[in-house]
Amino acid sequence: MSERKNIFSLENEKELDIAWCPGCGNFGILNILKKALEEMEEITPNNFVLVSGIGQAAKIPHYFKNNAFNGLHGRALPVAFAIKATNPDLYVVAESGDGDMYGEGGNHFIHNMRRNVDITNIVHDNRVYGLTKGQASPTSPQGMVTPVQVNGVILNPFNPIAVAIANGATFVARAFVGDMQNTKEIIKKAIRHKGYSLIDLFQPCVTFNKINTYAWFNEHTYKLGEDYDPSDKMQALQTAFQEDKIPLGIIYEEKGKPTFEEQLTIYKQNKDPLFKRSIDVNKLEGFINSMR
Amino acid sequence: MNKTIKEDVSIVLSGEAGQGIQTIERLLTFILKREGYYVFATKEYMSRVRGGSNSTEIRVSSKPVKSYVDKIDILIPLTKSSVEHLGDRVNEDTLIIADNDSLKLENKNLFNVPILSIAKEIGNEIYANIVAVGVILGLFKINIKTIEEYLRERFGDKGEKIVSDNIKAASEGYKLGKDFSENGEIKIEISANETLKDDLLISGTDAVSLGALAGNCDSIFAYPMTPGSGVLVDLADFSKNFDILVEQAEDEIAAINMAIGGWYAGARSMVTTSDGGFALMEEGLSLAGMIESPLVIHLAQRPGPATGLPTRTAQEGLNLAIHAGHGEFPRLVFAPGNLEQAFYLTQKAFNIADKYQIPVFILTDQFFVDSYYNVKKLDLSKIENKKYFVETAEDYKRYDLSKAENGVSPRGIPNFGKGLVIVDSDEHDEEGHLTEDLDIRIKMVEKRLQKYDALKDDFVSPEFFGNENYKYLVVCWGSNYNVVKEAIENIDNKDLAMLHFSQVFPFPENAVEFLVKAEKIIDVENNATGQFAKLIRAETGIKIDSKILKFNGMPFSVEELTAKIREELQ
Repeated sequence: MSERKNIFSLENEKELDIAWCPGCGNFGILNILKKALEEMEEITPNNFVLVSGIGQAAKIPHYFKNNAFNGLHGRALPVAFAIKATNPDLYVVAESGDGDMYGEGGNHFIHNMRRNVDITNIVHDNRVYGLTKGQASPTSPQGMVTPVQVNGVILNPFNPIAVAIANGATFVARAFVGDMQNTKEIIKKAIRHKGYSLIDLFQPCVTFNKINTYAWFNEHTYKLGEDYDPSDKMQALQTAFQEDKIPLGIIYEEKGKPTFEEQLTIYKQNKDPLFKRSIDVNKLEGFINSMR
Repeated sequence: MNKTIKEDVSIVLSGEAGQGIQTIERLLTFILKREGYYVFATKEYMSRVRGGSNSTEIRVSSKPVKSYVDKIDILIPLTKSSVEHLGDRVNEDTLIIADNDSLKLENKNLFNVPILSIAKEIGNEIYANIVAVGVILGLFKINIKTIEEYLRERFGDKGEKIVSDNIKAASEGYKLGKDFSENGEIKIEISANETLKDDLLISGTDAVSLGALAGNCDSIFAYPMTPGSGVLVDLADFSKNFDILVEQAEDEIAAINMAIGGWYAGARSMVTTSDGGFALMEEGLSLAGMIESPLVIHLAQRPGPATGLPTRTAQEGLNLAIHAGHGEFPRLVFAPGNLEQAFYLTQKAFNIADKYQIPVFILTDQFFVDSYYNVKKLDLSKIENKKYFVETAEDYKRYDLSKAENGVSPRGIPNFGKGLVIVDSDEHDEEGHLTEDLDIRIKMVEKRLQKYDALKDDFVSPEFFGNENYKYLVVCWGSNYNVVKEAIENIDNKDLAMLHFSQVFPFPENAVEFLVKAEKIIDVENNATGQFAKLIRAETGIKIDSKILKFNGMPFSVEELTAKIREELQ
């Protein structure tokens, strides 16, 4: 293990001008993810791609040593999907904030679950828009007053866990950055899970969300017990609706469901990623001539 | 009434959606081509699945035919409203073959053929279209065995009963058509040529799709939109034989981001759409510009704004393709004029995109993708696909300024070599990490725009046709190639020539020498504002006053364009 220590850290890490506020939950996520990857022998900076969208959470790839695609707001999932689908040898994690994944990218969030492509989707959920200075996010609690929702949020909060379970996601978890050890284990399990996995990862925004603070999350969350069976879909759905005390852990897991790429005929005989393949011109010539 | 049609015949079949007009189009064109005729077919249709009035024009000729004509020599209406739908195109020279016991049309050129009752006798009204096919093939006195063979090939997998019913329907129609021919009522005199059997018969959609295959396209991501979705369907069909990843995205925004993700991982990806779908892709285009991703976009134009006329044709997307995306970055726009160009330019698009790390458009339109005609052998010996990505070293930097040639830095892909590949939609440094350093910003903008100069090495020159000492030069682009050419051949005036652009952007500089030589430039386009004429003005300073513009959703017909160009020569 020791030789893998810091392999995901940039050489100039100490000089990095990190764009996050002091105390931001993103720092914790960065550390936890690095540790999780260090502990996963199968993953190297080369066979791993971190894909993100736009926002403060989406800057995470820049503080990492690995392949990275920092794309457009809400569009991390289509990119992550295509990277995995065209090269199944890669480990792909799509990471962004709640506004990015559940708001701007809501349509992709819904449909990538249906694909069950083998990627991991980590959503930094701080229940507020930080980079644009504190407007409501899809997960903001009702009543939260913001510069835009001046009389308090009246919209019903988005429930990513329930939506994911209902939508066929095969690995659905919730974690809290203040709970480092468990969060790291959940991330490892999510990446090793075959199929789409979601981690809704609570992270306080110390500047703009004065409600959902570290103390609030500590007080309002609990860890699912060892007796909890994540394969029970109905129980998982019920768990997804618990609000006064929010459960942390793997809420739903379905094993053995074929992934998107496993079902593609292009990989049935030949496991090579697409970049290694070329068209057989003779075969194409024969094919075109058959159109006479 | 006796009538002889020589050299070139235009047959139009019209009916409701769902009556099998497309089946007729396919059967007739393929059988006639196999019998050694030049054929051309194009359809016009309404935006509905059943009902309405649609039609297919099939031109059969002893010489190559590749464009749409207004004239209708033989009309087979399958509904009463068909004749009215076709308007002035039906005149005293048009022969109408119809089941008049049911349609009750009043026309002196009418040949009553009991199409429906024959179909009913065989067992089902749906065979009416096959009876009609039989009548036409009878007029051509095609060997009945050829027809049987083709029907067996086409319907074989549907079972023996379907095959034998189809053959019966075609044969009954065939006898009637042959009788018209033998008793001299309708005589078609068009010479067939054995060698044409080896021609391909493909559509614009097929040409783009086969070009993509030839360009080593290995993945397509698209959201269906008429008329662009034909390429998605074609490539899905080809994926039964070739390694292509086909995914129907949840929306166009997803599709273009997927294609860019595919290229990032080293795949050769494309999207196909129409103007409205592409409007949604704009942001993704800009992403490709910023991260210097290759990308191939097939954009089949149709009339706008918004949903416009969903199933009609237009050349209104030129400005969109050229100007789409925020910020300044290079791109290339091909607008093939004929099926061969569509094949070779689509193949080339993948290599240009890969070589220069830019988005490349294939701009077609509804008329183009839905038209079929004979194509000589496609030459695959010229096909050369080079994968331009590199195996990376440990110190690899995606946007290395020192290693950039003409603005192109070597493109690495993840897990191929020891380097890391980092791309960012923000302005970025050489490694790919986001930066707000304003000096780096200038360097990166200049690096990206440098590619415009480099692209000149791969310019596709406009195609000139006509007498070199011309006074009048007709300028056109995209799908108007064939119709302008046929009009100019008809006019046969030594002062008249044509210049067709299959690369519209960047504007090929060598076009200027052709433009300045003309006393009068006549611009032909399917839009209301002369988008290409304005592009010429912007790029060269040459103002084009004379424009022939059509924007009612239909393509130019040969007769119409011939007349309009003649007027311009006065």
